[in-house]
Amino acid sequence: MHAEAALGRSLAGFGLIVLALVVAAFAKDAGFAAHAVIVGIVGLAIAISGATRFDPVGAARKALKMPELASRYDDDPVRWGVIATMFWGIAGLAAGLFIALQLAFPVLNFEPYLNFGRLRPLHTSAVIFAFGGNALIATSFYVVQRTCRARLALPGVARFVFWGYQLFIVLAATGYLLGVTQSREYAEPEWYVDLWLTIVWVAYAAVFIGTILKRSEPHIYVANWFYLAFIITIAMLHIVNNLAMPVSLLGAKSYSAFAGVQDALTQWWYGHNAVGFFLTAGFLAMMYYFVPKQAERPVYSYRLSIIHFWSLIFLYIWAGPHHLHYTALPDWAQTLGMVFSIILWMPSWGGMINGLMTLNGAWDKIRTDPIIRMMVMALAFYGMSTFEGPMLSIKAVNSLSHYTDWTIGHVHSGALGWNGLITFACVYYLVPRLWKRERMYSLRLINTHFWLATIGIVFYAASMWVAGVMQGLMWREYSPDGYLVWSFADTVDAMFPMYVARAFGGLLYISGAIVMTYNVWMTIAGKLRDEKPMTDAAYDPEADRPITTTTAVPAE
Amino acid sequence: MSLAERHKKLERNVTLLGVGVLVTVAIGGLVEIAPLFWIDNTIEKVEGMRPYTPLEQAGRDIYVREGCYLCHSQMIRPFRDEVERYGHYSLAAESMYDHPFQWGSKRTGPDLARVGGRYSDEWHVQHLTNPQAVVPESVMPQYGFLATTDLAIGDPEATLKALTRVGVPYSEEDIAKATQDILAQGNPNVDPGDLAERYPKAQIRDFDGNPNRLTEMDALIAYLQMLGTLVDVNSAAAQEDLAKEKGR
Repeated sequence: MHAEAALGRSLAGFGLIVLALVVAAFAKDAGFAAHAVIVGIVGLAIAISGATRFDPVGAARKALKMPELASRYDDDPVRWGVIATMFWGIAGLAAGLFIALQLAFPVLNFEPYLNFGRLRPLHTSAVIFAFGGNALIATSFYVVQRTCRARLALPGVARFVFWGYQLFIVLAATGYLLGVTQSREYAEPEWYVDLWLTIVWVAYAAVFIGTILKRSEPHIYVANWFYLAFIITIAMLHIVNNLAMPVSLLGAKSYSAFAGVQDALTQWWYGHNAVGFFLTAGFLAMMYYFVPKQAERPVYSYRLSIIHFWSLIFLYIWAGPHHLHYTALPDWAQTLGMVFSIILWMPSWGGMINGLMTLNGAWDKIRTDPIIRMMVMALAFYGMSTFEGPMLSIKAVNSLSHYTDWTIGHVHSGALGWNGLITFACVYYLVPRLWKRERMYSLRLINTHFWLATIGIVFYAASMWVAGVMQGLMWREYSPDGYLVWSFADTVDAMFPMYVARAFGGLLYISGAIVMTYNVWMTIAGKLRDEKPMTDAAYDPEADRPITTTTAVPAE
Repeated sequence: MSLAERHKKLERNVTLLGVGVLVTVAIGGLVEIAPLFWIDNTIEKVEGMRPYTPLEQAGRDIYVREGCYLCHSQMIRPFRDEVERYGHYSLAAESMYDHPFQWGSKRTGPDLARVGGRYSDEWHVQHLTNPQAVVPESVMPQYGFLATTDLAIGDPEATLKALTRVGVPYSEEDIAKATQDILAQGNPNVDPGDLAERYPKAQIRDFDGNPNRLTEMDALIAYLQMLGTLVDVNSAAAQEDLAKEKGR
């Protein structure tokens, strides 16, 4: 590092430390002070890396065996993203397993910091924004460079995006444990963390769009349309849904700009489209690049991708009100939400079909390639949950399912099945390429992961279907003499076996992810497992023809 | 020119593509959300709604902080079983001062929209401290620390001012007397002044069984005990009358 740059860095670090200390000293509440201290620690790390020879990032790069030679493309932020995806994935799944066990065994709540109410947002944010978000940022940086035939624009900003996003995650997660939340589901971080995310997001958009602008290919590849829609729409949703009035500029607390019914619809317009654009459009972008690459087949239909892209992004936005059926939201809005949710089934399946049919002519790979197998299962779960979603949005069905664990089961068949499996498949694709290895350490361990995950999801979804339908029916059951049959406590009691079965499914799923972590670790370490190939029935084109000799004699 | 041919224009120009995306995704929200702000009868006209007292608001902040909304809804749907279990279905007007709303999305525990007055203060203290001691089947976490944590009163004037800025109609007097109000509502030994006139139906007493301290338990129970008690729902206009109003 140059001397001036080092000096500037240590000065910036010290400035950050001083600012953080001042804010911590005058903070109105403990949560805000704790967050100031975290920012101060970041400042300390920056100052130390500038003032001394100690380089924490460089040391970590070495420990993670990241290739030293410059590659054609700027893949360093992608490698970091893959590591972060794995790390937060395990953290988020562990939090999920823990809160699942809390619902079965409430003695596992440790007040106040580890109560269910504080850990649940930790779980949802860790899996959606930390695991999913890192996967999206990393893959988008990988895909946009390859499909544009250009190196990343603004490489320094790209690194800021990665580290800035990790800081956002840390501030959000620690905030939940300390009780800093604005209680908007999937948008719980408070105003100052939201502002920070806005800065990071604008930087992310600049890197992504900048790379598209300097492309050498005349056309923008379809995966990039989806990434672009994801980045733009999340920016819009994030800003509108988080409009709030802070009580003090030195305190964590703020109050939403909207109240009651307007606030509810704004939140679920956001909430449903966090699903629609974070967990769907962004992940479809991953599908549009990695499925064709792994299958070595072109995308099935270019026309279908145009129709399905525009109809998907147009229709998704309308679906929010189906989270508010039979509430105090006006009927017209509920009905509109229901109708658009049902129509949404079609573009969703358009995407699934485009992904699955890409395997035309390569279906045999399901048998031989566990990564393809994982991708196909992800698309199958995408298809299933995008059928279940429109079904649950029908008001009559929703009257039974709403407020029950059926919703939780539905979300997880999408999250574990679609988002989880497609991310795992992409990481399996990326790691050998990013670390210049011949292949993953073990293909058979990928297969083990596939089955642990799939059986885990079956346990999870099936137990929550039963739980949800049972809850819904028990709440509304009348005896012949006209009284409600069950007290609420009875219905809680009846849930116990389902909660245990669900936690078991979660245990299987996280076990698969741990197997994956081991596999990735060994691949990075440069090892190859000596194992039986996935298939021993090798194809012999010579033998693939009719038998012409006449030596065969029919039995008498 | 075929669709695919025309689309190629967009595929070659990231600005056009980006603007196209933004316009496409903006429409749904504009059509669905924006009218809620100007269609008058989105929120029924009812008698009795008032902003939260400073102590109730402090309790509500604790309710938000602990993530109660993750397991308890505050939105009773108009079904026979729900109305019988929890009371009259919720009206939009009842959450008109809720920044943010707490309708919830999941009932791991029962709905709380009308829990006010259903149980005694003592029951709430016991139940929050050890839910399983009162309801053996419950899977609720324990919140005993609320009773041993003094309510951080902080700056209630600033809280009320922030809420005023987003549209809650607190008066100048409410804001000026916020600290006095928060201390008086939970302590029977302090003169509440005109608290009850400015906040009709405000419940003024010691809530947590310990009159010497104002704890987080006081605030939370003050909030729980007023939930659903403000509006006389039976005198609110019936849906068929509302339907005759202009603009519906």
